[in-house]
This record gives sequence, structure tokens and C-alpha cells, in this order.
Amino acid sequence: MDRKINMPLSKEDALSLSCGDYVYLTGTIYTARDAAHKRMYEALRRGEELPFDIKGQTIYYMGPSPAREGRPIGSAGPTTASRMDKYAPELLDLGLIGMIGKGKRTREVKDAIIRNGAVYFAAVGGAGALLSKRILSSETIAYDDLGTEAVRKLEVKDFPVIVVIDHEGRDLYEESQKQYRIE
Amino acid sequence: MREISSESITEALAEMSIEANHYLSPDMEKALSEAEAAEISPLGKQVLAQLEENLKIAAADTIPICQDTGMAVVFVEMGQEVHITGGSLEDAINEGVRKGYTEGFLRKSVVGDPLERVNTGDNTPAVIHYDIVPGDGFKLTLAPKGFGSENMSRIFMLKPAEGIEGVKNAVITAVNDAGPNACPPMVVGVGIGGTFEKAAIMAKKALLRPAGEHSDIPYVKEMEEELLERINKTGIGPGGLGGRMTALAVNVLTYPTHIAGLPVAVNICCHVNRHSVRTL
Repeated sequence: MDRKINMPLSKEDALSLSCGDYVYLTGTIYTARDAAHKRMYEALRRGEELPFDIKGQTIYYMGPSPAREGRPIGSAGPTTASRMDKYAPELLDLGLIGMIGKGKRTREVKDAIIRNGAVYFAAVGGAGALLSKRILSSETIAYDDLGTEAVRKLEVKDFPVIVVIDHEGRDLYEESQKQYRIE
Repeated sequence: MREISSESITEALAEMSIEANHYLSPDMEKALSEAEAAEISPLGKQVLAQLEENLKIAAADTIPICQDTGMAVVFVEMGQEVHITGGSLEDAINEGVRKGYTEGFLRKSVVGDPLERVNTGDNTPAVIHYDIVPGDGFKLTLAPKGFGSENMSRIFMLKPAEGIEGVKNAVITAVNDAGPNACPPMVVGVGIGGTFEKAAIMAKKALLRPAGEHSDIPYVKEMEEELLERINKTGIGPGGLGGRMTALAVNVLTYPTHIAGLPVAVNICCHVNRHSVRTL
């Protein structure tokens, strides 16, 4: 089912999404990948605040290529989510409601998704040029020194994603592979 | 003795960096469009259509095909009668990568130390493989390698008794473990034989072969075809979202090995299997 959804994602919208839904996102999302997650994790260990209020927000695992003049961003496709698995459950428990990436997640992340009524979306890996066209603006809001790995606030319009893990813990990767496998 | 200036090598690599990251080779474009036609999963078809559209946008608007513009892997095939003037060959190559990645708005994805992890800021150093060959030719191949797929690559030190079935199972295991992480449809490079590092370098080199071409060795060609068929039965599909088009090509290279060993390296590449070749 194709759907259009406004970001930040509401609790109701998150609970209404099912594994396999094709969704177009419009509104605000944040980027963070490996190094930013490590810093956020360390900040939490020191009892410090995160660089943005993650309650009800969605993180896109993405580090863009540099923007050419007059453009908001360069190529901007998803990176492999599993490298963030170590950090994701804690962020979900702190209120993160959505994640956009690609690739499988651990049992721990799935449990945290179920526990918090969250959702994991996949964007198409390797479609960075196409996806960059759906990003209207990009502003670096933290960890500027990390370059491509800095935390960015993005405004997106009709950003195409697919629900891979829904709030019930159903996993599109597992279900669809079974459907098409030939023994 | 033929002279080649380090400057011309730098210029060539700067241009090649930009070219490889914006334009996919015709064989890869063809392989993607054939995959879209053959895919039976509706979602898989949609993913492949997005990837084809992505290639058009990348070329038309000069946006890198993928934001992971890779670590620069450079193969140098240098005739033994060539003399490089004006500085070291290694510096000339790195300078070319630096220039291309900076001027071409390509992502800087290299950290200077694997554990301290501070970005070098210019995507250098490159990983360089040198081959000294007879004659006075000089050929550069740049293959920017993204790490979504690189991370899913594997090496297996099999026992000789495991034979060809062992080799095939190793490849299938690597592909199954890679699944959606490696951005399928993939290209699978396999190196069989040699030593630990020889197998890995062959697997990387195998990725350079144009999609649709096969090994000249009959049994290897047969194995490539069988492996492609088996990989496309795993159900992983485009984007890992289910389907039959999991790999676009399986390319195998072989080399003599030790009586006690059967090394098998599997280098997985995503559909953005980039390379640019220049002869100076």
C-alpha cells in the first residue's frame, strides 16, 4: 500500500504502518551515522543531553556527498543500519520513533521497536542521486567536525521508503525472501 | 625507456574519480535494465526502476550515483620499460584522488588510522595494486569501492578435499550473509587459489570484468553460470526486499595454489560497480 506521511511521525502513524508499506515522507528528519552515534552514546554515558531532542523524531542513517553550489545536499542514500544496532535500542527507549537505513537489524533492535511502537524503514541503497532530489534543505546542527558524519536536520518531500520492521516486529526482509526463495 | 610524467597520472586519476562516480559503465546499465525486465517481484521491479532512474539523474545533474563514493582502489599495470618523471608514482596517484574527490564534490570517506578514526579530509590514501608487465604500456584502473558491500566480503581457507562443492557453498554462504546489507543486486567477485592475499586481490580484480563476460576456462565459466543461478534462487532480490534478481554477475578468477590449500575469497560489490580505465 502506498501512503504519504508527515514527519515527525506521530505515534498513531507509526502504529498504523505495516511491514511492506511503501511510504512517502514529508517534513523533518535527522541524519546520524557511525561516528555521531558513538558521540551521542558517550554523551549519554556522561549524563549529557543529546544534540537534539529525539523524542518522536526519525533518524536517517546517511552521510551525504558534498553539495554543489546552489543545492541543499549531494548524493544522499542510506547506509547499512546494523552498525548502529549497538546504539539504537537506547535511543528508541529515549523516544526515537523512526529509523531509515538499509539492511538487517538485531533481535535487540526489533524488541526495542516493538516495546516503543516504533518503525524501521529502508530507503533504496545506491539511489543517492534520486533521493537527494527529495531533500529540500539540510542544516548541520551538531558535530560539524565529523564532516559527512555530522548530525543534520533535513526537510524532505515525498521521500520514498519501505516499512521493513513494523511495531509488531514483522520483518519484510525475512518474509519476502521466504516468498521468493526456490529450494 | 618511455617517460610518463607524474602530473599526467595525477590529472588522469582526478578525471577518472569524477567519471567513475557519476557514470556507470554500459555493461552495468544493460545488466540493470535486463534485471528489471526479468524481475517477477513487483517491489523488486520498483527498486530496479528507481536504480535506473537514479543513474539518469546522476548523469544529468552531476550528483554521485551513490553517496558512498568509496575508497579509491587503483590498479596500475606498468610496463617495465616505463620511467615515471617528476615525483613518486604513489604520490601522483594520491594527488589525483585528492584532486578528483575535492574538486568533484565526492565524499571523503577515509579515516587515517583504523582505530583512532579521524577523517583524512581528502579521501586519501588510495589502496594501490601494482603489476609490472613487459613492454612500455601504462594502464590505470580506478575502482571506487563502497563499504556497504565491502563489509560483507569474506575469505575462506578451505581444505582441498572440500573441492568445487566447497567453493560454491562458500560463495552462497557469503551472499546469503550479505543479504540486503550489500545493496543487491550485487556483482560477486571470486578469487580461488593462490595464497590468502592473492585470493582476495583476485576477487577484487574479478569485479572489473564487464557484466555478461565469462572466464575463458570452461569449468570456471560453468561454475559462474551455476553460481549466478543459485544466487538468484535465494529470494534476496533487489534491495533485499524479495525477488529473483539478487546478483547481476558472478566473476571468478583462479591461480595455482599450495598442495595443502584451497583459498576462496568472495568480494561482494553492490550494483554500483564502478570503474574507470585509462591508458597513458
